[in-house]
Amino acid sequence: MSELSKLKISEARDALKKGELTSVELTQACLSEIEKADALGAFVHKTPELALDMAKAADANKAGGDLNGIPLGIKDLFCTKGVPSQAASGILEGFKPEYESTVTTQLFADGAVMLGKLNMDEFAMGSSNETSVYGNAVNPWKRGNDDAQLTPGGSSGGSATAVAADLCLGATGTDTGGSIRQPAAFVGITGIKPTYGRVSRWGVVAFASSLDQAGPMTKDVRDAAIMLKAMSGHDPKDSTSADLAVPDFEAALTGDIRGKTIGIPKEYRMDGMPEEISKLWDDGTAMLKDAGAVIKDITLPHTQYALPAYYVIAPAEASSNLARYDGVRFGHRAKLDAGDGITEMYEKTRAEGFGDEVKRRVMIGTYVLSAGFYDAYYNRARRVRALIKKDFEDVFAAGVDAILTPATPSAAFGLGEMDNEDPVKMYLNDVFTVTVNLAGLPGISVPTGVDHQGLPLGLQLIGRPWEEGDLLNTAYALETAAGFVAKPGKWW
Amino acid sequence: MSIDIETARRVAKLARIAVPESDLPELANEFSAILGFIEQLNEVDVDGIEPMTSVTPQRLKRRDDVVNDGGQQEAVLKNAPDAREGFFAVPKVVE
Repeated sequence: MSELSKLKISEARDALKKGELTSVELTQACLSEIEKADALGAFVHKTPELALDMAKAADANKAGGDLNGIPLGIKDLFCTKGVPSQAASGILEGFKPEYESTVTTQLFADGAVMLGKLNMDEFAMGSSNETSVYGNAVNPWKRGNDDAQLTPGGSSGGSATAVAADLCLGATGTDTGGSIRQPAAFVGITGIKPTYGRVSRWGVVAFASSLDQAGPMTKDVRDAAIMLKAMSGHDPKDSTSADLAVPDFEAALTGDIRGKTIGIPKEYRMDGMPEEISKLWDDGTAMLKDAGAVIKDITLPHTQYALPAYYVIAPAEASSNLARYDGVRFGHRAKLDAGDGITEMYEKTRAEGFGDEVKRRVMIGTYVLSAGFYDAYYNRARRVRALIKKDFEDVFAAGVDAILTPATPSAAFGLGEMDNEDPVKMYLNDVFTVTVNLAGLPGISVPTGVDHQGLPLGLQLIGRPWEEGDLLNTAYALETAAGFVAKPGKWW
Repeated sequence: MSIDIETARRVAKLARIAVPESDLPELANEFSAILGFIEQLNEVDVDGIEPMTSVTPQRLKRRDDVVNDGGQQEAVLKNAPDAREGFFAVPKVVE
């Protein structure tokens, strides 16, 4: 029975449609795996009764979509009606939304089953899932025989762990600077951040509104295509969601990339890049070339300024978005002392409810937006952002169809290893992914190899805006050529 | 740019986050490190470049000017730490 949770979405869909399998059987298999996997810290709010009810309904509904009866995990950042939705923060303790996010509404309308809520970095701020109020999510992979626990990456660390450990068939993630792609690479799964505006942000707890996008994290590219289709589409409740038709992404997966031009940006070959990452990139380039693509050296000259621009823009938006956590309308309110007024209520509530990294970013954001610094920091960063976007527009205009880069600067690191480092060191995890958010482009991480310790490594493909179908097809060709099938040994 | 303790105290106040006096020196150090990293942006020539407002050029859609939601007092107040008689309750704001 435990084998069922290892199915891919496409396999389960086909078996369900043929009547060889019921959603209840599949859901029970996942629930049983989840019960045995507390050591992984992936599921932080389990909803077994709800899951079984949804599975029964799916079994009774022969008209459901591709996801009918498919058990998924949902990142804690998504508001789910009546189910705790805390963004892994103490300040939202006890919060049970009275409404359902657009993404989960669409997934459930397609017939998907929710198994529970998944761990993450607090308010999606982090690259290791170590800022969560729930504690760490743990990577199912280990370095050979070394017992040290590794990070699944972040912020969608619980989603990454749950999919890699076969606790569910797929999961939702969100990506503001790399939070889908970096964890996907760290656990050897596929994760796509779609074009900004492809997926509605309504009901997703906001971090940095001009950068946030939700996307699927799945066991392969086909599953990403299936799940992305169900998540996408125009939503009048999100004014930045694009009023564009959603293509059948799965139908785009022909594997034929002959004649496509793949750009290799020289700026991503960073000083001190580990030999293994460099080789992985070269291998991936060769695979796409063998599949018939034209390889072209390109330049994205403002790449090095992406992270510093991000660390102005994202905290600035976060400081505005997180102003709503004031102890009045939802979540935690500090216990007040006699004589405390409303200012003390705000200050104590926010001091108690937010973790250190969130406080740090809110305050940096407050500083860069404050009188006298707004132009020097915030407006300058937005100008640099325009230049970063133009870098991409220039290469696409010159005929490049997709860009291949490493997904991360290293394999997964150990939990606690960065504790005594400068916060900026942790930020460097997103060096290859953050440009894509700043430019609003689609990006996908595909597992492509393993390092000398047997840990998975991923490559990133960046596509033209709104051309997720073409991007997924290139990713499919890379996946087919790489033939990555390694799985973590079960220790939990 | 180096952030002093007074600036750290002021930023914490603006952000409405209580920070104990003893934590301010470390906070100032962290701000200095992060802002030092951000200073690289000064190397970029941004003359004549407009600050980006929207990553996808678009005009925000306007909906019809009609009431399309409302009457949900109970749901709105459901998660409030302190709600009384149909209102959010807070400490005294005006004397």
